[in-house]
Amino acid sequence: MSNITDSIYKMRFLDETADKRTPVHDLHPLSKLLVTIAYVTVVVSYGKYDVSKLLPLVFYPVVILFSAEIPLLPLLKRTLAVMPLVIGIGVFNPVFDRETIAVIFGLPISGGWISFISLLLKCVLTVLSALLLVATTGMERISFALRMLFVPRIFVMQLMLTYRFISVLLEEAANIWNSYTLRAPRQKGISHQVWGPLLGQMLMRTYDRAQRVYQAMVLRGFNGEYNTGSAKQLLLKDFLYLASWVAFFAAARHYNIPLFIGSILTGVGK
Amino acid sequence: MHMADALISPAVGGTMWAATVGITAYSIKKIQDDDLSDKMIPLMGVMGAFVFAAQMINFSIPGTGSSGHLGGGLLLSALLGPYAGFLTMASILLIQALFFADGGLLAYGCNVFNLGFYTCFIAYPLIYKRFMRKGYAPARIFWASLIAAIIGLQLGAFSVVLETMFSGKTELPFGTFVALMQPIHLAIGIVEGLATAAVVGFVWKARPEIMEGHAQAAGAVSIKKVITGLAVAAIIIGGVFSWFASTHPDGLEWSMFKTAGTEELEAPEGIYQTMSDIQGKTAFLPDYNFKATENNIEKTNAAESETEEASWPAVSSGTSLAGLAGGILTLALAAATGFFINMLKKRKNAAGIA
Repeated sequence: MSNITDSIYKMRFLDETADKRTPVHDLHPLSKLLVTIAYVTVVVSYGKYDVSKLLPLVFYPVVILFSAEIPLLPLLKRTLAVMPLVIGIGVFNPVFDRETIAVIFGLPISGGWISFISLLLKCVLTVLSALLLVATTGMERISFALRMLFVPRIFVMQLMLTYRFISVLLEEAANIWNSYTLRAPRQKGISHQVWGPLLGQMLMRTYDRAQRVYQAMVLRGFNGEYNTGSAKQLLLKDFLYLASWVAFFAAARHYNIPLFIGSILTGVGK
Repeated sequence: MHMADALISPAVGGTMWAATVGITAYSIKKIQDDDLSDKMIPLMGVMGAFVFAAQMINFSIPGTGSSGHLGGGLLLSALLGPYAGFLTMASILLIQALFFADGGLLAYGCNVFNLGFYTCFIAYPLIYKRFMRKGYAPARIFWASLIAAIIGLQLGAFSVVLETMFSGKTELPFGTFVALMQPIHLAIGIVEGLATAAVVGFVWKARPEIMEGHAQAAGAVSIKKVITGLAVAAIIIGGVFSWFASTHPDGLEWSMFKTAGTEELEAPEGIYQTMSDIQGKTAFLPDYNFKATENNIEKTNAAESETEEASWPAVSSGTSLAGLAGGILTLALAAATGFFINMLKKRKNAAGIA
């Protein structure tokens, strides 16, 4: 149950943050989508032992988070929720890779630990950037950007419909779950005897709902095209946004900025 | 079973994206050819939302004390046919990736392939549909759903192993990884199969036209065509990426050929090159001089790691320390930037109110 209401809350939260008006929200969805794709690709392209070189990329989520006025904690919580898989797979790295590849204050650090940390960092950064895209853009505008990238109409349209109906069906699922648990308390899930009837009933209702939705759409003049309203133009600021982030990602990928700063620092420090 | 972005390399992600794009384009074409698209779209949309919601409902698994849930790929293809089922699965996965961080954007291609392709284009036509050739019957529904779900999930799980291995992100030996993944997904597959059988069985009894109508309308899948398209896409993208990787061999360890098979030998060379690259780049700095620290630490390590030094010529406490200090400073700067933007925003808002 908490699962279902939690999902409803999560989607609503992102919908609401996407409705804010900040300079980041006002940017064209296409440039934000492209920046996100570039970011994720660059983050993942780092070698498995690159930790310090990866760190400048932390700037991107930090800048977007604060300039788009997005609350940090809910996003961090959601990011941490997906960590177990990566931890589960990555935790074997220190076990299997014991070669020393770095020495810090006389302490030898094995390659496995470095690659594990790098993996965790990559996970946090990629997850955060995807959430930030939705939180600053919203599903409708992302769909618009997908159309501009020549993603077929059928796909985008059914993506939008799925998205729209998720909240409706989640509420229905929550009601079903609620009524079931009130009648059959202290169970870990739904008894196998009613798996079929319970979901089957819901499925048949959903099927009928889909027919009604289709009829309603046809009655309102649906001819296979989903009109998204005013088309937003790409402005100079959108190109600048895209170009400057991509330049930054390229610089961070090519040069080890923290090592550069660090070598100046330790040199001066001595 | 969602792959995360952090677990894959751009080459693997890109290849799987290409495969997914190919199958999606093919599915869309098939739906358009059937001339059902107008009617199918709302059905796909609402059914996608149904599967999304149904995944949230936990089923208790008899005799184990644990609970599982429906995945939905097989149910979708049984209801909508393989093409529409695949597209619907793809949009569910996109929404999960964006809103719930289940699987990432780069890993999206992998996830659609692992969870959508195998169920809709292998398990459904080759197993489920074969069983149903003579029409629906309770026993056939049971065995068809169970076997199809298990095989679909086993293939998907094996795919996860291969994708992670090709990406070179884990040190887990191949055999151990397979031994971990396959049994877990056998259990998940059994639950998926039983749940699908229960739902399909119930709906077929109550409203047979829902189950029987759409599976026929969507027509048969030409597996040959799908596989051919897939192979072509994979070769093209694999070729492009490996070319790109070989022109930048220094830091980019993302050539599939490198990580496949020769991972043990390749990793030291990669890090050696990266490290020596870094040293080359920082050497021109006049201030780059912390030999004193370096020597002290190296003395303590010299005895124990003489042989190691030979294979790891790039191990340098100086670089490690500089990396650490610089890294901390970078993070501090990032945090400071955040606070600065926040402060500016607050000031602006306050000015706006005043």
